Amino acid sequence: MILETVSERRDLLARSRTVAMVGASPNPTRPSYFVFSYLRTKGRLEVAPINPAVSQIDGVRSFGTLAAYAAEKGPPDIVDVFRKPADAVAVTREAIAAGAKAIWYQYGVINPEAIALADAAGLDVVVDRCIKVESARFDGGLSIGGLNSGLISSKRR
Amino acid sequence: MSEAGGARAMPDRSFGFRTRALHAGTPPDPTTGARAMPIYLSTSFVFDSTEHAAELFALRTYGNIYSRIGNPTVAAFEERMASLEGGLGAVAMASGLAAQLSTVLCLAQAGDHLVATASLYGGTVTQFTVTLKRMGIDCTLVAGDDPSAVGSAIRPNTKLVFTETIGNPLGNVADLAALAAIAHEHGLPLVVDNTFATPVLCRPFEWGADIVTHSATKFIGGHGTVIGGVIVESGKFPWAAGKHPLLSTPSPGYHDMNFAETFGEYAFLMRARTEVLRDVGAALSPMNAFMLLQGVETLPLRMKAHVENARAIAAFLRTREEVAWINYAELDDSPYRALARKYLPDGAGSIFTFGLRGGLQAGVAFIEALELWSHLANVGDGKSLVIHPASTTHQQLGEHDLLASGVSPDMVRLSVGLEDPEDLIWDLENGLRAARAATAVRS
Repeated sequence: MILETVSERRDLLARSRTVAMVGASPNPTRPSYFVFSYLRTKGRLEVAPINPAVSQIDGVRSFGTLAAYAAEKGPPDIVDVFRKPADAVAVTREAIAAGAKAIWYQYGVINPEAIALADAAGLDVVVDRCIKVESARFDGGLSIGGLNSGLISSKRR
Repeated sequence: MSEAGGARAMPDRSFGFRTRALHAGTPPDPTTGARAMPIYLSTSFVFDSTEHAAELFALRTYGNIYSRIGNPTVAAFEERMASLEGGLGAVAMASGLAAQLSTVLCLAQAGDHLVATASLYGGTVTQFTVTLKRMGIDCTLVAGDDPSAVGSAIRPNTKLVFTETIGNPLGNVADLAALAAIAHEHGLPLVVDNTFATPVLCRPFEWGADIVTHSATKFIGGHGTVIGGVIVESGKFPWAAGKHPLLSTPSPGYHDMNFAETFGEYAFLMRARTEVLRDVGAALSPMNAFMLLQGVETLPLRMKAHVENARAIAAFLRTREEVAWINYAELDDSPYRALARKYLPDGAGSIFTFGLRGGLQAGVAFIEALELWSHLANVGDGKSLVIHPASTTHQQLGEHDLLASGVSPDMVRLSVGLEDPEDLIWDLENGLRAARAATAVRS
């Protein structure tokens, strides 16, 4: 199912525990490193890099493939995709094979074939969003930065 | 601390404007339960650990560091304004002019150029044509109301197109959709100063604008107590397209970070805060942000009342023979009536100009006779304000220069406030009587 509303994304993050990040980079100027580092240091999601070129990032073991990750850690709740759109179909096939419950295509990773494939396989699908931004929306991080969280509430949290 | 959603059962609802004017950005304080937004008067904020500090400085996590860059009370005001304009986020500044300058500095550097419509607040004109010019950024001011003339002024090194929703003091209404289309054709953002309209009367993003600036000093606060400004961004402009290398190439100001690549739609807002606000230093005080938050809560109610009063005043002035002309886009004979109907359907604001028969001398007598209207150089206060530019702000100009700047010797500018309209009219009647007497003695 393609998740398009705020509450659907909030619920996905709330029910998820593990994130396998395909294309996580150890280069501190890369966007994927920003997101990896945010998820590693803040919040309750357990993140692991999927990157055959490195053995670890900031002390977190990297797996060469999604299959290797799943064999050891079990199916990931979310596969977060930091790859060029042309690679998205292959990554999606691997995510489905690894038993992922959801697939999250980061900014600009838009591939209709991959989206259709994931949707048909029963995965929850988020497209052209950033998992860091959406996490921050619900933990107050956006509001701290003067950004529009879209949230209105008179309950203390 | 971070619970990504867990306990937060929030409905998927698009809340209305008045609800957001009261609530956006200010849930109850998580620590104390305070329902009003507390004033966080603290210059700095402690780090959880050295790793936390490093993540904060590298912009990899969100948090408070130092109030020149961000502050919880200021952030609440920023989020409120972003919500009301329908934007992605906002960066508050010490004043409206600081917001404008920072917008330009976020997109342009020495050797670049910007295009602006000519009927602008005088402080904006000098900022664009004198101060920015000294910094190597050129500005072309385009006179008249033809959007295609703006297109003709765009050069290869142009970085943005700037206009005001309602021009000051001419009261002209910008053709926002046409200007946005022309700017976008050239790969440029349209920046709109929305101070005179406020998001109650016009939301420029809905017409294609990309960035909105405000002097929050005016209607946003509404109480005439504090100076403040804000930049709001729509989040829809393609900053990575390459037309703005300050956003799409590695920045030496932030260890070679490429803002567009790293932050996507947030690129402009992130650079505006972490480089421009950091280095320009024109931060809004938390105290001022608190005052502006109080004001903006009632903005929808106040703007409705401002417009009602302004219409009543204009209708009164129309009946008076001392009044030579009225320039208010609410009136049917205004050349901007059609544009106002399109862009300002709930009212063309409450600031307008009119001319007194008898010119300069009549203007002076009129102003001096007023008891209730405040004679001062501001607009958008809850209190009604009046100024006669030829005898005050523009008195150093000769008649020729006055006309060239759009200010005729007989022009009076009103900022209609929230008093009982009968009282405002009573006072204006006294002023008009004095103006007529001054002219009669003379002739």
